[in-house]
Amino acid sequence: MRVCHLSLTDFRSYPSAEIALDPGVTAFVGPNGHGKTNLVEAIGYVATQSSHRVATDAPLVRHGAERAIVRALVARDDRRALVELEINPGRANRARVNRSPVPRPREALGLLRTVLFAPEDLALVKGDPSERRRFLDDLLVARAPRFAGVRADYDRVLKQRNTLLRTAAATRQGRRRSARRQDDEAAFASAGAGDLLSTLDVWDTHLVRHGAELLAARLDLVEALRPLAAKAYATLAPASAAADLEYRTGVKLPTGCGWSREILEEALRAGLAEARQSELERGVTLVGPHRDDLHLALGELPARGYASHGESWSFALALRLAAYDLLRADGGDPVLILDDVFAELDGHRRTRLAEIVAPAEQVLITAAVPDDVPAELAGARFDVTEGNATRVR
Amino acid sequence: MYEGVVQNLIDELGLLPGVGPKSAQRIAFHLLAADPADVKRLAHALLEVKERVRFCRVCGNVAAEEECRICRDQRRDPHVICVVEESKDVVAIEKTREFRGRYHVLGGAISPIDGVGPDDLRIRELMARLADGQVTELILATDPNLEGEATATYLARLVKPMGLKVTRLASGLPVGGDLEYADEVTLGRAFEGRRLLDV
Ligand SMILES: Nc1ncnc2c1ncn2[C@@H]1O[C@H](COP(=O)(O)OP(=O)(O)OP(=O)(O)O)[C@@H](O)[C@H]1O
Ligand SMILES: [Mg+2]
Ligand SMILES: [Zn+2]
Repeated sequence: MRVCHLSLTDFRSYPSAEIALDPGVTAFVGPNGHGKTNLVEAIGYVATQSSHRVATDAPLVRHGAERAIVRALVARDDRRALVELEINPGRANRARVNRSPVPRPREALGLLRTVLFAPEDLALVKGDPSERRRFLDDLLVARAPRFAGVRADYDRVLKQRNTLLRTAAATRQGRRRSARRQDDEAAFASAGAGDLLSTLDVWDTHLVRHGAELLAARLDLVEALRPLAAKAYATLAPASAAADLEYRTGVKLPTGCGWSREILEEALRAGLAEARQSELERGVTLVGPHRDDLHLALGELPARGYASHGESWSFALALRLAAYDLLRADGGDPVLILDDVFAELDGHRRTRLAEIVAPAEQVLITAAVPDDVPAELAGARFDVTEGNATRVR
Repeated sequence: MYEGVVQNLIDELGLLPGVGPKSAQRIAFHLLAADPADVKRLAHALLEVKERVRFCRVCGNVAAEEECRICRDQRRDPHVICVVEESKDVVAIEKTREFRGRYHVLGGAISPIDGVGPDDLRIRELMARLADGQVTELILATDPNLEGEATATYLARLVKPMGLKVTRLASGLPVGGDLEYADEVTLGRAFEGRRLLDV
């Protein structure tokens, strides 16, 4: 898979840009802040409809412009797809595929698949669990775009349920206060409580359904990633302790005999039942995949809080490389994007990483100085200065 | 910000569904430039709809009289009630010509985010209609999105003790969307293939 052409309108620093890309390696080289990452960020956005740098779309639109447009012509084997995304901060984005509008932007997911390595990846190891959940979910979506729907549904049920719990918590407090005033606790305690619980049960049903689907997919994914990440880490840091992954969930999974969707639904339901009282008190959903974590270990120790800077870097790279392996095994070599990573690596890891990525169908690299592009990855080159990208090789 | 009355108009328009601040401004300036007679006609239509149109006291559908056209039609099957969120869903289903029963319009779907709970919907009225035992099937045709599904689940549980047949439109409807956007053929087929809802 590769991007043949990228076209930008009002994306980040670019009022407009037209960039033709070849298969193989292409490096974007230029001084800090001149617009290299902006280009590869746009390609990543076509694949995931989110940025690897920011959580919202607003910074992606050029300052002063109303909307940004990113177009990518994607080739897979001998088929071509033109993906066009219109980014409208604060309103719904729009997407077209081969010039036809699609009902929802997420239907344009899956046409381009990328694996993006960036300095921000360090947060996979050092950051909050939400970073690692996002890593897993993004990978699920890349492998099967329908998970964009599962994830969106789960987030929506969660939001509805949390709102209900919050309202309930507020009402209970209000009721307790006025009950004290009126000395008639029983009457107030019964009013409306049945109604609340019956709707909470309804949201539980849907939370369990979508939550179990997400949980099942993540558990499968981690099983598949585990050996691949361990192998990649061993290649990058042969002297270090072995790397391992484990999916940690607050849902009590049955030990031993494995699990099915039904078992997970049952476990999630039981978890909610157990947490019900604290949830009502705190006004927030306490069990479910939104509270889980991907635990990373080096030997006996957790990576987070223990691993050295270099080890953390290697682990983050290993996770991305494992994702790459998995996507490649699914068929359709993803486009590899390496944003500013080589400058951060020592000689050994630089060479290993270069060897691993060199055979990919398309590799896009950004670097501030030409020397940061390893010799193994010589290829096409664009000079990026003052917001202009010019092909020089 | 514009002069008082203009800004007032923009603010009012901006409260309408699907109208953002930019469109509100565009509509306001369109009206400012329009022929006074055209604007009068629009204003009249707005007032008239509020004065003349009301909601059917039986099913909650928009009606020109006490009861809507469908509730007054003796040929409609009184044993089947199709529950929808909005009057516009009645229009969409009527177009398919698949359904000969009666309707019940809830006036929305359960959605805590929007502050809508069961008490804010016409659920009590529905229960009253079911009380005499004449209705044998309840078709839950709320939107195929999360809130519509949740509302269907809620209703199905609520009427379960009454022992009637409770069905849900077949899948095949575009998930996550609105009923009214489904084309006639798809919606008709969803009616044909409705399934028993097990809760
Ligand atoms: N929405 C925006 N509107 C206008 N300019 C923007 C916008 N977002 C970012 N920029 C500008 O783009 C530049 C950053 O570009 P980019 O991140 O691509 O740099 P880079 O070439 O990758 O630099 P480095 O080598 O430091 O990573 C900054 O100067 C920033 O001001
Ligand atoms: Mg950069
Ligand atoms: Zn009626």
